Amino acid sequence: MLTGLWPSPSGNDEYVLGFDADRARRVLLLRGLFDEGNKLRHFTVELMRRLDVAGIDSFLPDLPGTNESLAPLERQTLAGWREAMRHAANHFRATHVLAIRGGALVAPATLPNVHYAPASGPSLLRAMLRAQVMVAREAGRADTREELLRRGRTEGLQLAGYRIGPEMIAELEQAQPEDTVAVEIAQGDVGGGGLWLRVEPGHDPAQADRLAALVAERLP
Amino acid sequence: MATNLPARTEQSEDTDLILRQVLSDVLGLSAERIDELEPDSGLFGHLPELDSMAVAGLLTELEDRLDIIIDDEDVDGEMLETFGGLRSFLVGKRAIG
Repeated sequence: MLTGLWPSPSGNDEYVLGFDADRARRVLLLRGLFDEGNKLRHFTVELMRRLDVAGIDSFLPDLPGTNESLAPLERQTLAGWREAMRHAANHFRATHVLAIRGGALVAPATLPNVHYAPASGPSLLRAMLRAQVMVAREAGRADTREELLRRGRTEGLQLAGYRIGPEMIAELEQAQPEDTVAVEIAQGDVGGGGLWLRVEPGHDPAQADRLAALVAERLP
Repeated sequence: MATNLPARTEQSEDTDLILRQVLSDVLGLSAERIDELEPDSGLFGHLPELDSMAVAGLLTELEDRLDIIIDDEDVDGEMLETFGGLRSFLVGKRAIG
């Protein structure tokens, strides 16, 4: 496994984790967004190890504004992330895109896509807004999702610890994967419960084995 | 297992199954632990791992799998207090459609 930097279109270098042995199949891997990306962190890296064993190169670049990135998250947009991932795909000479959950929303459709349990923008936003309402209630404030959203569209919002700007809030309200002909791997195909649902970040070797096998088999 | 559902319809048994499944996915509990849940088994407030983000994820997943909409006003301590309480709420929501 190697770590390195790649030049994002914003002009900043961003961090990447990769397995590169110059093999025929080179997968740009897009992690889940926000809290789900964190929950799936260990699982995602374990998936890469298994793809490596299966003879597939993979690259996991940071989305600008996330993980090790120095760019401010609240200035990012889904369109900007998709553009950044298009650059990353070129930079790493990717042949395929594998997107996990919300990663499918920023996956460039310029390459064949595989989406694992893709999540829509509205569904991600709904869960984060609901959590925010519950936190506010515990603190004695009676926010509603509608009010939060209205405020979010003009001022942005702090959701589940992530500072999301107004543009991205508006994008999330509508966002669907750009690639509508992607090969889809559902959680039912992998078996067990999706690890992004877990309260604590977790790992399940059996699920990682199964998902890697499905990806190796279904990469178009 | 014995239940105290208002009506033992196919749909309410299905709701029971889906609720157990989603709880198992969210809490990472074994099938045995999940099978042991009784109507008066405590949920929110009894399971320290169920914080706000987890409850939000749980409710959103239940909405998707049961094809219902849960309003913020519906969510209170009582509805989340016990397994049976949450199940009755969901069965009711599905009946309305």
